[in-house]
Amino acid sequence: MFVLEHLWIIPLLPLLGAAANGLFGRAWPRKTVNGIALGATGLAFLATAELAREFARLDPAQIPWTRSYFTWIMAGNFRADYALQVDALTLVMLGVVTGVGWLIHLYSTGYMADDGGYRRFFAYLNLFMFFMLTLVLAANYVVLFVGWEGVGLSSYLLIGFWFLKKPATDAGNKAFWVNRIGDFGFLLGLFVLFRQFGSLDFSAVFSGAAAMPVESAGAGVLTAAALLLLAGATGKSAQIPLYVWLPDAMEGPTPVSALIHAATMVAAGVYVVARSHVLFLHAPMAMTAVAVIGCLTALLAATIALVQTDIKKVLAYSTISQLGYMFLGCGVGAFASGIFHLMTHAFFKGLLFLGAGSVLHALGGEQDLRRMGGLRRVIPWTYGTMLLASLAIAGAPGFSGFFSKDEILLAARSGPHANLVLYTLGVLTAGLTSFYTFRLLFLVFHGAPRYDESQTQVHESPRSMLVPLVVLAALSLAGGWWAAPQLVGGRNYFESYLAPVFVAPAATEIAEGESAVRTPGLIGALLSAPVVAGLAGFLVAFWLYVKRTDLPGRVAKSLPVPHRWLAGKYFVDELYGAAIVRPLLWLSTNVLWHRVDERAIDAAVNGLGRGAARSGDSLRRLNSGNTRTYAAWVVVGAVLLTTVLMWMAP
Amino acid sequence: MVPIPYYLALSAVLFGLGVAGFVFKRNVLTVFMAIELMLNAVNLAFVAFSRALGQPEGQVFVFFVIVVAAAEAAVGLGIVIVIARNRQSLNVERINLLKL
Repeated sequence: MFVLEHLWIIPLLPLLGAAANGLFGRAWPRKTVNGIALGATGLAFLATAELAREFARLDPAQIPWTRSYFTWIMAGNFRADYALQVDALTLVMLGVVTGVGWLIHLYSTGYMADDGGYRRFFAYLNLFMFFMLTLVLAANYVVLFVGWEGVGLSSYLLIGFWFLKKPATDAGNKAFWVNRIGDFGFLLGLFVLFRQFGSLDFSAVFSGAAAMPVESAGAGVLTAAALLLLAGATGKSAQIPLYVWLPDAMEGPTPVSALIHAATMVAAGVYVVARSHVLFLHAPMAMTAVAVIGCLTALLAATIALVQTDIKKVLAYSTISQLGYMFLGCGVGAFASGIFHLMTHAFFKGLLFLGAGSVLHALGGEQDLRRMGGLRRVIPWTYGTMLLASLAIAGAPGFSGFFSKDEILLAARSGPHANLVLYTLGVLTAGLTSFYTFRLLFLVFHGAPRYDESQTQVHESPRSMLVPLVVLAALSLAGGWWAAPQLVGGRNYFESYLAPVFVAPAATEIAEGESAVRTPGLIGALLSAPVVAGLAGFLVAFWLYVKRTDLPGRVAKSLPVPHRWLAGKYFVDELYGAAIVRPLLWLSTNVLWHRVDERAIDAAVNGLGRGAARSGDSLRRLNSGNTRTYAAWVVVGAVLLTTVLMWMAP
Repeated sequence: MVPIPYYLALSAVLFGLGVAGFVFKRNVLTVFMAIELMLNAVNLAFVAFSRALGQPEGQVFVFFVIVVAAAEAAVGLGIVIVIARNRQSLNVERINLLKL
């Protein structure tokens, strides 16, 4: 029971690693830096494994297991402890974060081997791990918010890791600002919750919310709180309308994109929605908002991904799209499926990013899909693993993405919050996903080489990079089988593992939903639609990018308007720039800066200073240095004083 | 017996003369004498009150003042001599070395 009693060990390990490397590592050789960074994360992973073992022996009555270590804030009737909590959901998140995180640390030792900022990079990565683990282990919203902001900070630091590159620092700033908007909503949500329940502990909030009636007709406190939390989640998880920072975040090193902007941090929003599911289930309007936002984001991002030419941008939009799926899953009440997709997505999208990094590594940093091609034979390991990941994300039967994505779509079709429109759009998105994924794969690995073969020494990546690829490929392949038995009418192990977390507050609803779902024939029919869509996407991609490579250009030419809109990413950045950034900048520059600041605040301060100087200058003349003048003043003073005293005397 | 306002009036006049001399005269020695005049004007007031009230404290004060005045005169005249040696002048308006 050691780890259960000392939960703080898990986040503390990476923090120590970050502190050691960040503060003292300047003169250390790479081996030491490696050892500390990988060791800290690896130990956190082992601690998580031990935690899972101990957790399995707990009495169900003790779950969620909460431990409070010290009182952090005490003000009036507000009290926030540094308290950590474990339940099945936390364990799944811990496993993903530490497991995938460790693999990406390992990968980074190869990928960043020639980078001057080696030590700084690993210090930041470990810092990120610390905040992410704090986020998922938190037992109240305050500690969660610490992790929430902390991962935002680490994300900012790592996007702008190559700080001499202007686009990188710009992207870091953009990510930070856009997230601030969401975080503001999140914070307001916390205020609403505190006002309503007088506490921000998960247990108090959720039991309080569970006791309140479902706000089915119109909006109430819970709806407001849930929508505000959702605003925070759309920022962190890159959903409409705050998704614009994620594609730019690709300026960071590729392992960062894999770890933070695909596998873990961007999933934090999904985690928060799932964690706060009681609130959402009691606020149907917020549930609908989650589902609609998720579905629209999935579709929109998938369409943008169709025409991007930067390998990492394609993957970034793909990530946004898949996160949309997770939101859709949560929004239709299938929280377990949303989290399941989060996990499988961490495997295959992490793998896709790492594979893309391996391609970049092989081509000396080339990111443009139009200057790749034919790499299949040159870097076979990268190709093989990326092929598996592509099959997984496209939802090929048997791969992990198949189970998780189709479960979400199944819930959208026949779950307790089913909606046929959302389902149809989800299936459409599945087709698009398959298309853009295989477009990427074919453009990179098939056909004739389009890069300059005489200039580039294409080479397979070192073993430290290939091992994570292979492990993640195995997980992408097998990770879905946890939930597989449902297909044949059996138990969905993943869902039953998470059942204690999600069932309790809405037992009736989910039970009803499941009874409808559990018919094998129905499942077979419903599963086929996304599979068929995925197959169609694959075939179209194969036709366009392997068989008739002249076609894509002609299609783009014959449809100039849609192509321009897609290539321009629907001009959302431009719209935000014109509607929000430019007016804000104008207001700040012309009103707040030149008027309020310069003419009011500065003028007041300068005026006070000048007034003091001037009065001092005139008073200075009294100090003539002439003794007899002083004496005269003394006399005047004495006379005045005497007069006053005589006046005051009775 | 001479009533007390007479003494006080004389004392005030002497004090005023001392002040005027201190403020308006330029010669250091004259200024010095003006100070002595003020001190003695005060002494006169002390003695007058002592006598009118039949109490000895006023006269004790006068002795103290005389002692202090003697010490002050010794130090002050020493300063005057040094100034006269260094500046070749007894004009107070030229004693302004500390002025900014």
